[in-house]
Amino acid sequence: MIYSVLYSAILLSSIGVVAAVVLFIVSKKFYVYENPKISEVEDVLPSANCGGCGSPGCRAFAERLVGSEDISELFCPVGGNDVMKQVADILGKEVAEKDPTVAVVRCQGGCEVRPKTTEYQGPKSCAISALIYSGETDCQFGCLGDGDCVNVCQFDAMYMDDNGLPVVITDKCTSCGACVDACPRNIIEMRPRNKRDLKVFVGCLNEDKGGIARKACNVACIGCSKCEDVCPKDAISMNNNLAYIDAELCTLCRKCVDVCPTHSIIETNFPPKKVKTPKPEEETVAVVKTEAKVESVNNETNA
Amino acid sequence: MLKTFPKGGVHPEENKLTSSKAIKRMPVPKVVYVPIAQHIGIPAEIIVNQKDKVQKGQVVAKSGGFVSSNIHSPVAGTVTKLDMIVDTSGYKKQCIVIRTDEKDESNQEIPEFPLKKEITMEQKDILQHISDSGIVGLGGATFPSHVKLDLKNDNKVDYLIINGVECEPYLTADHRLMLEKAEEIIVGIQILMKALHINKAVIGIENNKRDAIEVLKKAAADDDRIQVAALQVKYPQGSEKQLIKAIIGREVPKGGLPMDVGVIVHNVGTIFAIYQAVQYDQPLTERVVTVTGKNLEKASNFWVKIGTPIKDLVEEVGGLPEGTRKIVNGGPMMGKAIKNTDVPVTKGTSGILVISEDEASRQEPENCIRCGKCVFVCPMGLEPHLLMNLTEKGMYERAASEDVMTCIECGSCSYVCPSHRPLLDYIRFGKSIVKKLNTAKN
Amino acid sequence: MADPIIISASPHVHSNKSTKNLMYDVLYALIPAFLVSIYVFGVSALVLTSVAVASCVLFEYVIQKYLLKTTVTVSDGSALITGILLAFNLPSNLPIWMIILGSLVAIGVAKLSFGGLGYNIFNPALVGRVFLLISFPVQMTSWPTAVENNTTLVDAVTSETTLGIIKEGLMYGDTMTTISEKLPSTIDLLLGITGGSAGEMSALALILGGIFLLARKVITWHIPITILVTMTVMTGIFWLINPEQYANPLIHLLSGGAILGAFYMATDLVTSPMTKKGMIVFAIGIGVITVVIRLFGAYPEGVSFAILIMNAFVPLINKYFKPRRFGSPIKSKIV
Repeated sequence: MIYSVLYSAILLSSIGVVAAVVLFIVSKKFYVYENPKISEVEDVLPSANCGGCGSPGCRAFAERLVGSEDISELFCPVGGNDVMKQVADILGKEVAEKDPTVAVVRCQGGCEVRPKTTEYQGPKSCAISALIYSGETDCQFGCLGDGDCVNVCQFDAMYMDDNGLPVVITDKCTSCGACVDACPRNIIEMRPRNKRDLKVFVGCLNEDKGGIARKACNVACIGCSKCEDVCPKDAISMNNNLAYIDAELCTLCRKCVDVCPTHSIIETNFPPKKVKTPKPEEETVAVVKTEAKVESVNNETNA
Repeated sequence: MLKTFPKGGVHPEENKLTSSKAIKRMPVPKVVYVPIAQHIGIPAEIIVNQKDKVQKGQVVAKSGGFVSSNIHSPVAGTVTKLDMIVDTSGYKKQCIVIRTDEKDESNQEIPEFPLKKEITMEQKDILQHISDSGIVGLGGATFPSHVKLDLKNDNKVDYLIINGVECEPYLTADHRLMLEKAEEIIVGIQILMKALHINKAVIGIENNKRDAIEVLKKAAADDDRIQVAALQVKYPQGSEKQLIKAIIGREVPKGGLPMDVGVIVHNVGTIFAIYQAVQYDQPLTERVVTVTGKNLEKASNFWVKIGTPIKDLVEEVGGLPEGTRKIVNGGPMMGKAIKNTDVPVTKGTSGILVISEDEASRQEPENCIRCGKCVFVCPMGLEPHLLMNLTEKGMYERAASEDVMTCIECGSCSYVCPSHRPLLDYIRFGKSIVKKLNTAKN
Repeated sequence: MADPIIISASPHVHSNKSTKNLMYDVLYALIPAFLVSIYVFGVSALVLTSVAVASCVLFEYVIQKYLLKTTVTVSDGSALITGILLAFNLPSNLPIWMIILGSLVAIGVAKLSFGGLGYNIFNPALVGRVFLLISFPVQMTSWPTAVENNTTLVDAVTSETTLGIIKEGLMYGDTMTTISEKLPSTIDLLLGITGGSAGEMSALALILGGIFLLARKVITWHIPITILVTMTVMTGIFWLINPEQYANPLIHLLSGGAILGAFYMATDLVTSPMTKKGMIVFAIGIGVITVVIRLFGAYPEGVSFAILIMNAFVPLINKYFKPRRFGSPIKSKIV
């Protein structure tokens, strides 16, 4: 009886000893030196592993940060300036500072305004259907509606609305840029995000001539140039029958929004306009202008 | 035992409804829409302006490089505009719109070209003529023909194979052409043999076209260098690589061209176009198109001007029948569904297939039951189920190492899958990504 | 406007074979064997089969609908086949609750826990059968006698299978010559007038169904023929060495679940390799393991185990036995 107890005790402890020795030898023999700063930097990074920085994950990005001489080109869009500042403190290197951005969807062609002329059958993926043809509607620039952007978003910051269009939840968007890459139509763009998330941008990419574009979609940009004419800051440029608003120059005055005949220019998060009577409208515009100025001043000070 | 390729293949319902219908000539359309990208490679460059008068057969877009092709005006008329038109790719592409001049006599006369057997042209001129005449592979791949004929010295080509297989169901354009223009095709073959110094030519025809085999055998009786091979009916025998394997047993190496095994393959339609170009200096401005569908009463084969809107063709056979849900440019296995009937006929249009409601819809895909049918039917020895899985999961490099790029997109896997899985859709997507990755690497 | 035009990628036609077709073809192929089992074992075979089928289908429905909350795929017929194949592998006098338990293991554990049709690694019916065999060895190995010739056999209630008789006889030191007197004749084996599981006895009926499956191209010849050939060769060698110790190949082929296994279980689309080369390797494996278990193992019968063991190797086989890519250089033989 006692022997069996003893026997098992000895056996177990000897297995333990042998295993310990083997583990010890292996850990010494196969030890790989690693810069401790990599782990330190990794701890600071947001651990989202989204790939927004261009590296396959936060660890890989940390290795790149530690390994590269000049890291001013590298940026973690999710962590933003705060994280990059901490990285800079750890590594003692210069980092670039970037204005925060947010993804916007530049297509308003939902089911109601952009009639479907064909029916697509096949895998529900924009990338695959884009290989076969230009989409279910007559607009070959607009959203395909199969939600590749929503599928790649790791932060649940996008969803498809009832109209079949993707919507960005601004608060959740980390501007990792995955959706931008996923969209075969380049509909999603990263635009600067200011404090109250005020944005003015053209919600259309249709380069067709006005009549054709309008026939395909009620809210298409028809290339009439009215917005270009009205813009006081020359922020709007016309290319291939399509307006584009340069966010750097735009002061968010919203004059273009008012003149657009097809309502293809989108404004977000502005306070609702007071109805009619020209005077108060001027006021609001003025208010917005001052706000915008304050905003841009803020941005400048940040920069 | 008839010859065929050894591995894979399927045998879809043949449905050759129009094989007994002689080729009719379509009336000259009022307006033609001539896309500048009708071939594989660089699009042609437009050399006419709006309001220019053009002659029938005049070059309107010049070859944009080596792998490119001239495009000629199919009618005499006026260029009304240079516009973006949805073509067979499903996207808007640059197009030359030409309004036919109804008074011009050259539009009215029906060209008559008596058989001309004597080949007077020199070798160099022949090749130049083929290149100038805008001839591309008329089987559907639309690969510029002069590129295939441009032999490097180190490539020893000893076989010319003529593709009269027409393995796609429904299509009968090549079949009718072989029946009606057999002599011309033989002369065309002789032209190519002269130009390339080849002494052996084989015409491959599937055994469901017995009449064509007989006619061509008779036409080729004088020339013992030209043989006619009857082949077992199996799809995709019309694919170059499968056809070479079936007829002379040589296997084009992975990623290689038929030239690498000393073979050049041309479609019978291309051969006829070459005959026209060399003997009568006629550029490629028309082709045979099969307009077919189970519900079309007047389905037939037509000589059609390049650029004719498919609408006109459909009118010619009595309009779209009720319940039409799909219009395919090409055959049912490899053709492309088109968005509307405004799409013009291009050099690659071998047929227009109208599919009705009950056959147009795809079935809902189910789980893969790993039956391996896709593996058995793949003529290239690939594993479509695996490739689809890898593409679906974004493992493109793995897919590349599983030879996704050798897929010939014949569609046999999707055709046979009992779970109705969109195998080819994913493989095609995987190919496009791998292609991008490869170009990025280089 | 009418329904819009459909755009989809090529091909625009499809062979009219669907998963459902394949499954129902297997069902039709099993009819002759089912009729024979009813003829031989009477009502009990009918009860056994209907209980197994009903419980398999019910379990699949209940688990998919209420537990997994996914789409219910009962109508594809695969649960039906699992039920029938399970029943064919059980003695017809098995208590009903055991049949139900076996169905639960087959459908719930072997099939749905892996993700349903197409994802299971092991043949569900065989998992159910082996589970029962290991859990209830006594009930699972006391076969009812055939209705017709129960008087000629030693035990009036239960009988041994052919292979069981051989194994037991050899254990007691009998030679094949003495044992063979107790064995049913080859004709009986062919027709199925013998003891055994409900559906495995009549080789003729099973082969008939197998030919139907081959003709309908549901299965290819590679697996069944290779299994049978391998078994013949292996048992033949042993028989030639010592006919007193080893039964002749014919007995091995016609008895036990060899035919049933070769034509219906090993060829299960989901759990067999996807290339022809792989199929042959897979089948040789089954043949060898079956014979090894039969001749040297503790169990008289080994087809079920052999198939399950080889099922586990299928992913590996799929990985290493790929079809030859068109145009790839022909490998010179390894020197």
